Amino acid sequence: MAVTVRIPTVLRAATGGERAVSLDGTTVGEVLAKLVAEHPGVEDQVFGDDHSLHRFLNVYVNDDDVRYTGGLDTPVAPGDEVTLLPAVAGGAR
Amino acid sequence: MARYDSVLDLVGDTPMVDVSALSPTESVRIWMKLEGKNPAGSVKDRVALALVQAAEADGLLVPGKPDQFLLEPSSGNTGIALALVCRLRGYHLKVVLPDNVSPERRQLLELYGAQIIDSPGAEGSNGAVRRARALAVDNPDWVFLYQYANPANPAVHYATTGPEILRDCPEITHFVAGLGTTGTIVGVGSYLKEHRPGLQLWAIEPPSGEMVDGLRSLDDGYVPPVFTDADGAALLDRRVVVRPRESVEWTRRLTELGLFVGISTGAAMAGAVRCAGTVAEGDEATIVVISPDDGWKYLSSDAWSGDLDEVVERASRTIYF
Repeated sequence: MAVTVRIPTVLRAATGGERAVSLDGTTVGEVLAKLVAEHPGVEDQVFGDDHSLHRFLNVYVNDDDVRYTGGLDTPVAPGDEVTLLPAVAGGAR
Repeated sequence: MARYDSVLDLVGDTPMVDVSALSPTESVRIWMKLEGKNPAGSVKDRVALALVQAAEADGLLVPGKPDQFLLEPSSGNTGIALALVCRLRGYHLKVVLPDNVSPERRQLLELYGAQIIDSPGAEGSNGAVRRARALAVDNPDWVFLYQYANPANPAVHYATTGPEILRDCPEITHFVAGLGTTGTIVGVGSYLKEHRPGLQLWAIEPPSGEMVDGLRSLDDGYVPPVFTDADGAALLDRRVVVRPRESVEWTRRLTELGLFVGISTGAAMAGAVRCAGTVAEGDEATIVVISPDDGWKYLSSDAWSGDLDEVVERASRTIYF
């Protein structure tokens, strides 16, 4: 069983409309690298210039924000759910 | 002393109660601070009073002057608290409210004399904020205290809620609270971390797009300036999503201890329980969790007695705080 990655509305155009993608990997970084390899259109919104997690993307493993649990090195296991949610920082839009 | 000149003197200094019976780790104690004991019924009494006092200190509001109007976008508790404060200070309050909030809060606003302006329920709190900003532009004489960006909001938690917690629970190791305006977590968190450097700060948020509990998901398209100004992201140690089902389940579990509290308290308690679960059995830890309000305003949601699936379904369509 692979890891399920939940895709937010704003990224679905780049995943062919897929709401969830099944991917293998042992860390968040590996899973996201596979996501980008399969759907190159999401790269700019997932990774920043220095290839770290994009500042305005929040990533959760089973509802836990990975910024506080080891970032891209956060381990994932088969059956885990990775959720991507874009954050809009700096005030109202 | 339990004798006061004004209802406004009843704001703050709320009690804490031991809810460790629901802790999954025996060596971890959990204390719940009951903000529902404030006079208008929620943690927002502190914020509303502070916002008005700051505006008076700035000369933005003048006590005793006629025809002064205030504007506030709020899905409930802040509006209700401001309505109380405005009634006693002689100001007129206009509240922008999503049209799907529960009927109890509408009645509470009206009984304190506030005027309600509807915003589309489907747009949630964010829609109310947008509508209020537009109204503020069109009506420059209305005072818009804007709790999402007003430094008086986190400041009152830094000055009152934080010190009360440390006074009543000096052994605190973890603080858990929901994210709304983020004023509570920023204000209390800053104070506690200054005085207890090793303290862990846990933020609880609802899943994006699901309207529940009075907690605002930071991913719904708006990050409050109160949070960014304080570099809230760096202040937090953990940020977890709590879903509506878990929120309602823990709201019900708390009745086992005699606690009749709002659904956002259930969400915060679910977070506190997850927090307690990360501590190894035998390691001593003390968690303080905020209960933003009591259960009264949620009775029409049938949260305690209704079928769980139906209650959760309704909670995802209605704002209950």
